[in-house]
Amino acid sequence: MSNASSAPSHATILPNGWEMVIGLEVHVELDTKTKLFSASPNHFGDEPNTNIDPVTLGLPGALPVINRRAVELAIRLGLALNCTVQASTFHRKNYFYQDLAKAYQITQYDQPINIDGFMMLPGDVRIGIERAHLEEDTGKSTHFGGTSGRIHGSDYSLVDFNRAGVPLVEIVSRPDIRNADQARQYVSELRSILLAVGASDAKMEEGSMRCDVNVSVRKAGEPFGTRCEIKNVNSIRAVGKAIDYEARRQVDVLESGGTIRQETRHWDDSEGRTHTLRVKEDADDYRYFLEPDLVLLDPGTEWVESIRASLPVLPAARRAQLSQLTGADKESEAVYVIVERGQDDYVQLVADAGGEPARALVYVQQAFSEAGSNPAVPAKDLAGLTLLERDAKVTATQAKTILSEIVANGGGDAGAIAAAKGFEALDTSAVEAMVDAAIAAQPDAWAKYCGGEEKAMGALVGAIMKSSQGKADGKVVTALLQKKRG
Amino acid sequence: MTSEFVSVVDIVGSIREGKTTASDVLEQHLARIDKRETEIHAFNHVMAESARANAASIDADLKAGKERGPLAGVPIALKDNMCTRGVPTTCSSKILEGWKPPYDATVVTRLQQAGAVIVGKTNLDEFAMGSSTENSAFGPTRNPLDTSRVPGGSSGGSAAAVAAGFAAASLGSDTGGSIRQPAALCGVVGVKPTYGMVSRQGLVAFASSLDQIGPFTHTVADAALLMEVIGGHDPLDSTSLDQPVPSLTAVLGQGVKGMRIGRLADMPDGCEPEVLARLDAAFAALKAAGATIVDIALPSLSYCLTAYYLVAPAEASSNLARYDGVRYGLRVESADLISMYGATRAAGFGAEVKRRIMLGTYALSAGYYDAYYGKALKVRRLIANDFAAAYQSCDVILTPTSPTVAFPIGEKTSDPLTMYLCDIFTIPTNLAGHAAMSVPFGTGAHSMPVGVQILAPALGEPTMFRVAAELERAS
Repeated sequence: MSNASSAPSHATILPNGWEMVIGLEVHVELDTKTKLFSASPNHFGDEPNTNIDPVTLGLPGALPVINRRAVELAIRLGLALNCTVQASTFHRKNYFYQDLAKAYQITQYDQPINIDGFMMLPGDVRIGIERAHLEEDTGKSTHFGGTSGRIHGSDYSLVDFNRAGVPLVEIVSRPDIRNADQARQYVSELRSILLAVGASDAKMEEGSMRCDVNVSVRKAGEPFGTRCEIKNVNSIRAVGKAIDYEARRQVDVLESGGTIRQETRHWDDSEGRTHTLRVKEDADDYRYFLEPDLVLLDPGTEWVESIRASLPVLPAARRAQLSQLTGADKESEAVYVIVERGQDDYVQLVADAGGEPARALVYVQQAFSEAGSNPAVPAKDLAGLTLLERDAKVTATQAKTILSEIVANGGGDAGAIAAAKGFEALDTSAVEAMVDAAIAAQPDAWAKYCGGEEKAMGALVGAIMKSSQGKADGKVVTALLQKKRG
Repeated sequence: MTSEFVSVVDIVGSIREGKTTASDVLEQHLARIDKRETEIHAFNHVMAESARANAASIDADLKAGKERGPLAGVPIALKDNMCTRGVPTTCSSKILEGWKPPYDATVVTRLQQAGAVIVGKTNLDEFAMGSSTENSAFGPTRNPLDTSRVPGGSSGGSAAAVAAGFAAASLGSDTGGSIRQPAALCGVVGVKPTYGMVSRQGLVAFASSLDQIGPFTHTVADAALLMEVIGGHDPLDSTSLDQPVPSLTAVLGQGVKGMRIGRLADMPDGCEPEVLARLDAAFAALKAAGATIVDIALPSLSYCLTAYYLVAPAEASSNLARYDGVRYGLRVESADLISMYGATRAAGFGAEVKRRIMLGTYALSAGYYDAYYGKALKVRRLIANDFAAAYQSCDVILTPTSPTVAFPIGEKTSDPLTMYLCDIFTIPTNLAGHAAMSVPFGTGAHSMPVGVQILAPALGEPTMFRVAAELERAS
């Protein structure tokens, strides 16, 4: 999973002053043991139609009873998204489909549990959260025969109701997103928050986190244009690609004198384009009305506040802390990656053990890619290595080798490993002599480098590292070459 | 008690005292079924075999000194819209023919735990939509007191089963009067409890915000006993009230002295004079017993029927959408999914059900919601306000249960609006979520029974039962 880094923006710039307006509707499956309205297990990947019961199948006489844990997780998420949590109601959304057992979905309509939140993106960009409401998932249809994999033209369809009734929260952003980068950052940050508060495993590949993207374009400062909703956007990468494709498509239509129809479009990841799924005139009339089988869901201030008190430190605050500790930019890739992996506590431990925080950050990012758990290496061993490198007792390359060994052995004294391997950083005067020798041996490369061709430096550095048998510090070599060029 | 049959209380006592056995009691009821069921058609399904096994097991347990509950050995019939595990539950609809629920409704479990013997599933208007039990896909039920007449509906089978002595008591469901009106027309007691007092879990929904299960019995004391068994909180029904049933059997002898009985100052048109005469007699009896009569007004009463026929069909259109042929019940194969839905529902539902599904779908549709469903919800609030004001000056309200006595089969089937008027006095209770019951109080035209309806506020059952017991003593 890529991260929302502060790397230079790759966002598509639309021509002729067009601007994208993007809103996201993200569905996440809550990580509960049982379903939203029944005691069937909420578990992905089981044999079809095993996690079912009369409520899930919509059998006559079966009644829904709200899952307290699902409500708690929804509130946790809402609070983490700075929402107001309120007393809420459920409605029925009525439509016929074979994977909707009751022929209505129980969802929150005009009185959702979480409203009016926001999320901050890099560069102090504030994205409003309109609502984050509870609803039940549908079953899953698989269509056999035919070519499209869709129900039309298929020979038969099978329905798996294991997913039916799984608790979902739908998080609806305000149309505050202005480019594909921000959209990716939004989804990525939402995922981090979901993981941090334990609301969902947020696996887009398993469908426990699903994005619908609303895209429109306008000339800057003008009212919103007509939007299209894009479905089937199943990865963060696809979020960006679908937005860029769709915005360009809309601009092309408008610039050639056409108009945008409000419609639902399907993202085809293999073709890299969107197709019309249905236009608004075909939209169902869902005949929403208050679900009479449920009562007002009022969590009460006391419960909400106890949930608030139990929230962990959220990713944004943890990034700020890590940034302060290590001096790295809070929007840097390293900071994002380490917090996403949950290894910021470990970096702190290394620092507490006397280690140099900035190098600790780099080591942890390099050496421990496993997410979610802190490395088994004693923090003091890593701390020792940071000091060895800081004091130029070993080069960066040597430090990397030592780090690999420490990780492989689950610990080890950095100084002892360095001594055993015969590592020692050469002193600057020795390196300087090698630099001079390399310049004399490769005058062409030196001339090109002096002429501003930065790549030419590589040949010189390579020669010096070779003659020093890896003991020269690459950073020192580079600095010397730059200094001699003047 | 106006019937020749033995009450639940007497059956329980006789079995307990060893004067008779559950099996003997059951056989007496099964013998009556054998004799008259073909003519009356109270049942969709008689469960003679399982009932005999249950009765034998109860007898064995009682003989061994085991406690089997307050209804040990009492034969009870269930309206065929209550789920019974492994036993067909049809709602008198072709669309559910052959479907066997994998679970019992909460009321069924509670009856069984109390020692009741379930004798069968009774006929009803399809999905409880009707007032005569003529809308059953399996043919009408006839009134045991005059088989040329209807038993009322929609719980006509349950009312007839008790009136004919096929069961000592039965359960029905009441969405707009479907317990009280057939009770009145068949001359038995029928109770519509406060919304939420009896679990709806396992009751096949018609209109979820109005539906409530209640008993049919020969006596007021029997009804009180059944209420105490089937009522009370159920964690499987979110609309179930979180409190125990008030004690009802204990209050029956307390009388009505000092009680204030409300009387509608403006009686709606269309009541038979004999019905109004019986109502006057009921007021006189309560007055004689020490109550005072107070005139009250329910200004929104005239809007209730219209509001009901928007709210109930709207909820029904959603509740009945699940009968799509995909998972259970009838399926009529067709070229594709959409036409299979259409063909299945066209073949599976009767005319009245289709009429209400269309009415309800329309009332909820974009552009019509505010004018119809939204306005109907306002009427619900208005009638609740009316009742709140009325109960400032009275404890209960007395009305006829039905404007007429049981009418001949076929008389109203061609005109749905006339049929809907049967519910004029019963509907407001459901819209408000209150309690009400019908008590037999003599006879009217054609010597058919007349029921008097006692209306009480939410949780007003103790007061309501005291009045019912007094009327029973006076009748």
